[in-house]
Amino acid sequence: MAVSITQSLIDGILMGGVYALAALGVSLIFGVMKITNFAHGALITVGMFISYLIFSTMGISPYVSLPVTVLLMFLLGYGIQRVTINPIINAPSHNQLLLTQGLSIVLENMLLVIFTANYKSMSLPGFDKAIKLGMISINKPKLIAFTLVVIASFAVYILLQKTDIGHAISATSVQREGAVLMGIKVDRINAIAFGIGVACAGVAGALLAPIQYISPTVGEGFQLKCFVIAVFGGLGNIWGAVVAGLIIGIVESLASLLLGGSWSEMVIYLIFILVLLFKPTGLFGKKTR
Amino acid sequence: MEKALTTSLIRRTSRSGKSAMSLPQIILMVAAIIFFAVSPYLFSNYRLNLIINILRIAYLAQCWNLMSGYCGQFSFGHAAFFGIGAYASSLLYTEFGISPWAGIFVGMALAGLIGAVIGVLSFVYNLKGDYFALVTLAFAEIFCVVAKNTEFLKAAQGISITFKKDWTVMQFSSKAGYVHMALIMVIAITAFLMLLQKTRMGKYFIAIRENEDAARALGINTFKYKMIALVLSAMLTSVAGTFYAQYYLHIDPDIVFVSGVSVDAIIPCILGGVGTVFGPIIGACIIQPISEFTNVYLAGLPGMNMVTYGLILVVAIIVLPHGVLGLADSVGKKIKSKKEEVKSVRKVREV
Repeated sequence: MAVSITQSLIDGILMGGVYALAALGVSLIFGVMKITNFAHGALITVGMFISYLIFSTMGISPYVSLPVTVLLMFLLGYGIQRVTINPIINAPSHNQLLLTQGLSIVLENMLLVIFTANYKSMSLPGFDKAIKLGMISINKPKLIAFTLVVIASFAVYILLQKTDIGHAISATSVQREGAVLMGIKVDRINAIAFGIGVACAGVAGALLAPIQYISPTVGEGFQLKCFVIAVFGGLGNIWGAVVAGLIIGIVESLASLLLGGSWSEMVIYLIFILVLLFKPTGLFGKKTR
Repeated sequence: MEKALTTSLIRRTSRSGKSAMSLPQIILMVAAIIFFAVSPYLFSNYRLNLIINILRIAYLAQCWNLMSGYCGQFSFGHAAFFGIGAYASSLLYTEFGISPWAGIFVGMALAGLIGAVIGVLSFVYNLKGDYFALVTLAFAEIFCVVAKNTEFLKAAQGISITFKKDWTVMQFSSKAGYVHMALIMVIAITAFLMLLQKTRMGKYFIAIRENEDAARALGINTFKYKMIALVLSAMLTSVAGTFYAQYYLHIDPDIVFVSGVSVDAIIPCILGGVGTVFGPIIGACIIQPISEFTNVYLAGLPGMNMVTYGLILVVAIIVLPHGVLGLADSVGKKIKSKKEEVKSVRKVREV
């Protein structure tokens, strides 16, 4: 029992890291634009398929092609924001939510048209054997994913904290009108922030691709997890999202060990409701809203 | 300050609260009712299926409209109430032989109860906007997981109802019965919304939607009225679930508890006009034929129908942020102001 608990703790932490990166995108987008991105799950799937396509046509591993995925996903996000989100940036939230839901329908079904509904998987040579540490085995793609997630999170952190664009993004998320008065081109900043958020989803997708099967609807399962983590960590708070991602990863893994796979989702949704009710500002949020 | 708020509230409420209908509107409404009522004698069964779906979605959208359009409490989890209605009446019928005509009320009571629980929790902790929407979504997902994993609820395979062609168990021998039942549901809820607009409660709903803090400052018990809107909406939504189960004769968690149902409830409102009496009906008349059309004509390429549907949705939200009725309203105002401009120019010339 102790072994299986340790095993699921490790798996939980490794997967939690990937969730955290995806959720970081949701958090950033909400922080800057106050939009809950219901297309995030579908965008994770797009990231998966980009790396799958590169792998299956050119045989390049998703870890090598990661920079290409990041660039493509950033451009996709930038474009989506400019064309569809920007016109409704001040619309009522039900319009915004339904629009991102519409985007999700479009993206998912485009993948369905192009790649059909057949399940695909990626077997990387040399990565299928797990690392054995006594009784515990560590899945290599998960370990690599976790390492890259840590690097990517730091990259996003440095981007937001140390660069001019990052400062402009932070300023816009604190007060849009003020940012405009300071000469920040808010429309452009919004698009860049959306692009970064989508790139986070893309990286998460690329890293998930070798771990699990790939199909156009697989992102739906991650969507709500991203929301849970983003809210739990405090919308707009990057380190909050990382910590919350690890917690949710561990909870999910332990719950599926102790309660069985399908009930573990229930535990996550219950946590979600409790967080929304009692601490909607998240783990490190202020008490008052 | 308070006076300004009061006048602004009155102005805003009176905008949406105007309820005297013009003659063309009344004629159009009567014509639409007659059209739907006689449609079973005009069209093939295939077309009638579309008409039933239009009415079904219109009813569902009106339920959402009551709570989210009028009272401004944005729900993304109406699938929960829809599913509860579908499961309650179907289980009572298949397991205990109780007619869905009775089961419908059990479904309403259960959905109302769950609605009340969601409402008390969310409104006591003062959840608003996207946060409230996410809570309703999480509840719907929980019901989905519960239904999938409970043997008593027939788990993932769902409930199938045998067709008996007996109106006493809400199964009609021809499509006409379903058309008329759905039409009565739509007329009833629309009449209810029209009446609601005239009552004090309806005005309170709109005041809460426009500015909840101001409404509370003016002495409106916002908690009470938000609860009323949510519980009423939940109860009425469960009826749509029962109707769905009796029409399609099969339900499972992936049909009734998924966010697709919640989206179905929202789309017609946004297309037609949120918080208007006829918007959701107009929206349903637009979106259902489009969805049917793309399903039929793009059947050769799986997924293409939904791509088209999604694109139309995205474009519609960008181009028509206030729905068809909002567009009609602004066009009407422009014409009016043009006319007045011409009049005033003439007056100036006469002088």
